[in-house]
Amino acid sequence: MAVSQQEFAISKEMLSEMHWTMLLSRRLDERAWVLHRQGKIAFHISGIGHEAAQVGSIFALRRGQDWLLPYYRDLAMLIALGLTPREFMLGLMGKQGEPSSGARQMPSHWSLRRANVVSHSSPVATQTTHAAGIALGIKMRGDDTVVMTTVGEGSTSQGEWYEGVNWAAIHDLPVIFLVENNVYAISVRQDKQMAVDSVADKAAGLGLPGISVDGLDLHACFSAVSQAAERARAGQGPTLVEVRVHRMTPHSSDDDDRSYRTKDEMEAMKREDPLGRFQQGLIQEGLLEGDRLEELEAQAKEAVEDAVKYAEAADYPQVEEAGYPVYAEDVRSG
Amino acid sequence: MAEVTLIEGLRQAMDEELARDDRVFIVGEDVGPRGGVFRATQGLFEKYGAERVIDSPLAELSIIGVGIGAALYGMRPICEIQFADFIHPAFNQIVNEAAKMCYRSNGEWTVPMVIRAPYGGGIGGGLYHSQSVEAFFAHVPGLKVAIPSNPHDAKGLLKSAVRDPNPVMIFEPKKGYRLIRGELPEDEEVLVPFGEAAVTRPGRDLSVFAYGMMHHYCLQAAEMVAQEGIDVEVVDLRSLLPLDRKTVLDSVGKTGKALVVYEDNLTGGFGAEVAAIIADEAFEYLDGPVRRLAGPDVPAMPYSHPLQDWFLPDPEQIADAIRQLAGF
Repeated sequence: MAVSQQEFAISKEMLSEMHWTMLLSRRLDERAWVLHRQGKIAFHISGIGHEAAQVGSIFALRRGQDWLLPYYRDLAMLIALGLTPREFMLGLMGKQGEPSSGARQMPSHWSLRRANVVSHSSPVATQTTHAAGIALGIKMRGDDTVVMTTVGEGSTSQGEWYEGVNWAAIHDLPVIFLVENNVYAISVRQDKQMAVDSVADKAAGLGLPGISVDGLDLHACFSAVSQAAERARAGQGPTLVEVRVHRMTPHSSDDDDRSYRTKDEMEAMKREDPLGRFQQGLIQEGLLEGDRLEELEAQAKEAVEDAVKYAEAADYPQVEEAGYPVYAEDVRSG
Repeated sequence: MAEVTLIEGLRQAMDEELARDDRVFIVGEDVGPRGGVFRATQGLFEKYGAERVIDSPLAELSIIGVGIGAALYGMRPICEIQFADFIHPAFNQIVNEAAKMCYRSNGEWTVPMVIRAPYGGGIGGGLYHSQSVEAFFAHVPGLKVAIPSNPHDAKGLLKSAVRDPNPVMIFEPKKGYRLIRGELPEDEEVLVPFGEAAVTRPGRDLSVFAYGMMHHYCLQAAEMVAQEGIDVEVVDLRSLLPLDRKTVLDSVGKTGKALVVYEDNLTGGFGAEVAAIIADEAFEYLDGPVRRLAGPDVPAMPYSHPLQDWFLPDPEQIADAIRQLAGF
């Protein structure tokens, strides 16, 4: 199913908010790596290099109304949906009040009910059928809502993923299947995951449109997801969107990527940093002055410092909290 | 009161719950116009339509995964897995997703859904249409697991499952679908709570614990040995998770002897947990060993009739086990 790509305009105000979201996410992510090296946190999994794709995509939805079933690299999406720097740091440090899981899950295993972000686990692609089920509920109720779910390209090898996409295609469900393709599933390259050049090619066998866009180009991602959301809201069914990104870090704080990729490759990636690319564009269009960027950097630094101090001072959960809530009857408010 | 089959009890439960709550829907393989391969959903497609009685693709994990998603959105799915043997592709969705959602989100998300599956052998189903899988799931906190042994409990447990705010699994003894008949009130709501076993035959000499088809056989065995003067108490566990420990322990406290009967492989079957609880918490009441009678430790039930019979515990074997234990 071919769909011709349209361009969607982004207002100046939205561009400014998008930039702030990318910048803040990047500085939080960088600090997480530092905290890990300092021995202050046990684990971090990074989204550096994915930010333009994540911010471009999530801003194309009605934030707070539409639903998101993310995966662990989606820090910038969560920041766009209102996760605060303090909340992110509470999660990294496993402190009380962490909103995703009450510090039960590892960091970056998101859930944020107030923003319709659904909890996910660590085995990959398990959220894909959940997205189809939520969309089935939306269709049964006739709600004007769409669902986006994200995975990496490695996750599209899972039967879980095919089964979820197949369901949505059969029933014309309002889902956007976003695949953040950074070419690596930990150390395994794309050519050992699939025989097709692009994840978008998989859509043909499942009967939905598949498109592939440059995930370092925020505008391209915004347009692709905007169009997919329009299709979904119009009852035309799901769309598979591949965004081609760089994973500019090891897989996680427990990985060392020097064993499977070269220095040259890493250097080339840095030259294409999506944050720098977006900022250059804003400067060229006269939407970002050098002084303003310095101010924003200072604000981001302050927000990160505040969040780290806040989380360091916060209490750990009470040990009794590990005993519940196993069942819905055990859920305690407050 | 009308006498109905066990499967009719299930069908009535779904019919009534679909009528009561428009969030309830059924999803599974062949549940639509076919009415299910065992006819558990017969007539429901015609009555409630294709949007509420949904024929799924032939992919079990998607039945559960889509059900979880719908439940997260506020719907009340009843997911049918055609045979318990086919539930294994959905194991990850049930154990890692449905069961852990409430805990892992600190209660922000819950999964009110029902998973129904026919289980057990004796119908010539061979290795992959005969399995007992309850022990896998009764091991997992976050799930509820129940197994009815008669039409009343089938209806009452399934209706309770639909109204429960958690993922609930109902395993249905397929050999008993039409074999086991019983009375059902016609103008009265039938609800059976989880965590309550039933003493289905009171007795003084010895306690037998079972569920599903084996419970049916235990009642027959108890009748056989009654003529020999052995007064057996039969307890239908009904709900494995949560388990009604009190009724189990009270019964052993009264009789001093316990036999646990289950159709699953002996090793690690759910009855092993029941035996462990009795050994642990009722030791001072015991006048004999805690005995288990179960299926053999071979991979699954064979097809050929004599081989199938060799696998399945039957009333005669249960009666023998009762006689042996009564001799202590």
